[in-house]
Amino acid sequence: MSIYFLDFILLSIGLYCVLRKRNLIKIIIGLIICEYAVNLFLILIGYKLNGRSPLFSPGMEIKNMVDPLPQALVLTSIVISLATTAFVIALAVRIYQKYKTFDITKIRRLRG
Amino acid sequence: MNAHINIIPLFVIIPLAGAFLTSLIGRFCKKLSDLIGNVVTMTLFMFSLYAVYMANKFQVLVYEVGGWRPPFGISLVLDGLSGFMLVTINLIAFMITIFAINYMEKFTTKWKFYTLFLLMLAGMNGVVITGDIFNLFVFLEIASVASYALVAYGTEMDELEAAFKYTVMSSVASIFVLLAIGILYAYAGTLNMADLAGYLSQIPNAIVIKFVMILLIMGFGLKAAIVPFHAWLPDAHPSAPAPISAALSGVVIKALGIYSLVRIFYNIFGVRQEMLNIFAFLGVLSLMVGVLLAIGQWDLKRLLAYHSISQVGYIMLGIGLGTPLGILGGLFHLFNHSVFKSLLFLTSGSVEYTTGTRNLEEMGGLREKLPVTANTNFIASMSIAGIPPFNGFWSKLVIILACLQAGKPGYALWAVVGSILTLSSFMKVQKYAFFGKLKEKYTNLKEVPVFMTTAMIVLAIVCIIGGILILPGVERLFIQPAVDIVVQGAKYKDIVMGALR
Repeated sequence: MSIYFLDFILLSIGLYCVLRKRNLIKIIIGLIICEYAVNLFLILIGYKLNGRSPLFSPGMEIKNMVDPLPQALVLTSIVISLATTAFVIALAVRIYQKYKTFDITKIRRLRG
Repeated sequence: MNAHINIIPLFVIIPLAGAFLTSLIGRFCKKLSDLIGNVVTMTLFMFSLYAVYMANKFQVLVYEVGGWRPPFGISLVLDGLSGFMLVTINLIAFMITIFAINYMEKFTTKWKFYTLFLLMLAGMNGVVITGDIFNLFVFLEIASVASYALVAYGTEMDELEAAFKYTVMSSVASIFVLLAIGILYAYAGTLNMADLAGYLSQIPNAIVIKFVMILLIMGFGLKAAIVPFHAWLPDAHPSAPAPISAALSGVVIKALGIYSLVRIFYNIFGVRQEMLNIFAFLGVLSLMVGVLLAIGQWDLKRLLAYHSISQVGYIMLGIGLGTPLGILGGLFHLFNHSVFKSLLFLTSGSVEYTTGTRNLEEMGGLREKLPVTANTNFIASMSIAGIPPFNGFWSKLVIILACLQAGKPGYALWAVVGSILTLSSFMKVQKYAFFGKLKEKYTNLKEVPVFMTTAMIVLAIVCIIGGILILPGVERLFIQPAVDIVVQGAKYKDIVMGALR
């Protein structure tokens, strides 16, 4: 149970980072931490202590297999977060070229 | 079961193939990317009409991807609600690609627009037809990532800032959704929606379900821009080029946000009164806050974006009432809002195309020079403000009647007040942009090119005749099947499982 709690703390750190930091790069890092925490959570769902790989062959008894589905889910979610992260970093680079700063308090043209 | 079932995956395959082809060929031949984009969206629109016909005939069709039977494999489910959403999405997408033939000429990389737009379309169609909750998340992300790039399409200061805000907030929403799906899987051990509904109905009151519900309201609420989560929308939607604003405001927030909320909260979790009360309250809050913020705007597209928040509030209010009449009103308003809000954004695009400004104070008297734009904008404005006989009036009327029927006259009062404020706000648009004295610098304006006017006229015609859809007899064809599926609640699982046998 405590390991889920630690994972939740990691997610909270990521959210704090997204909400409170003023540097674009730090916000992106916060986002990445959040994504890691959720991926870790998915892995923890399928994890079993001393579990074995979920391969079935004749003459083997089925017991204590790890759940393979969350691993497939995590692979998909990693690919998606890769796409998002690559895009948002490219965006940050373009913003720096236009505004000459990473400080979000100075990037405020839209309001009202 | 039958051969018609093979139509279901085509809604994802065709736009994906179109996006791939456009990205390969588009850079060499500009005209070909126009052709591919329009042929793809037109085909999808035809197919979606056929899908509604199929959904009426068979009630539910289930396609097993790769031959794996649910709940083990991914299934694609076509029912009344999916068919309704497919028609809405593909009608708007078709009109937008027609409009874009001329409008996007001013950008150098038109083929990139088509590639991203078709990807977004594939994602939205996928969200609507999937029967697997993790697959829903994957399609949600395909549509979202494409829409982030489309918001940043102009790559100027405003666009980049808006796209960054949108990306960060929407990614946080996706994280909440994924966490909720993970918890649901850990709890129920299945990802298939029908199977999940069956499992959850056995244990309705577990505390973990409440936690998952709150995560999902935050996640999909951010995607749908319901009021406490709306901050990104007024920046992101106006910054994109006009056809993309029309797509984002017209269908993306509905396919990703509202459809997912309805599907998950009605069909998976079953109807729960406390959740419906939250929906209705958030709806009323959105419709008032959105319209109050819209009144003070002078940027035409920003004003329209605030009205999107307000109109999404009406939809949420109708759906949150939970009565069949309320759901009918909510879904009908969803369709109508897609039509008239896309039309409004397209007309704002043609104003920007000719005059080069979005500021209402710099316009004036454009009615003389842009008759088609002015008249279609007038029709859409009257529609969104709820003036009979346009379609917006009928859906708002149904929502208000449903509020009274459900014993919530307070909500009905707020809906009426919101409608009056909307009218005043659009009176301002008409007065400053289209009526009044023509400014001297605009004496040489010409009406926009033919494809842009075609798209606007078709949408305006749908606005005028849209009220027919709710007449007794006609409603059975299009809206009532969708309402039936939503009203079924958790019985959805029996329908889907019944279709498998």
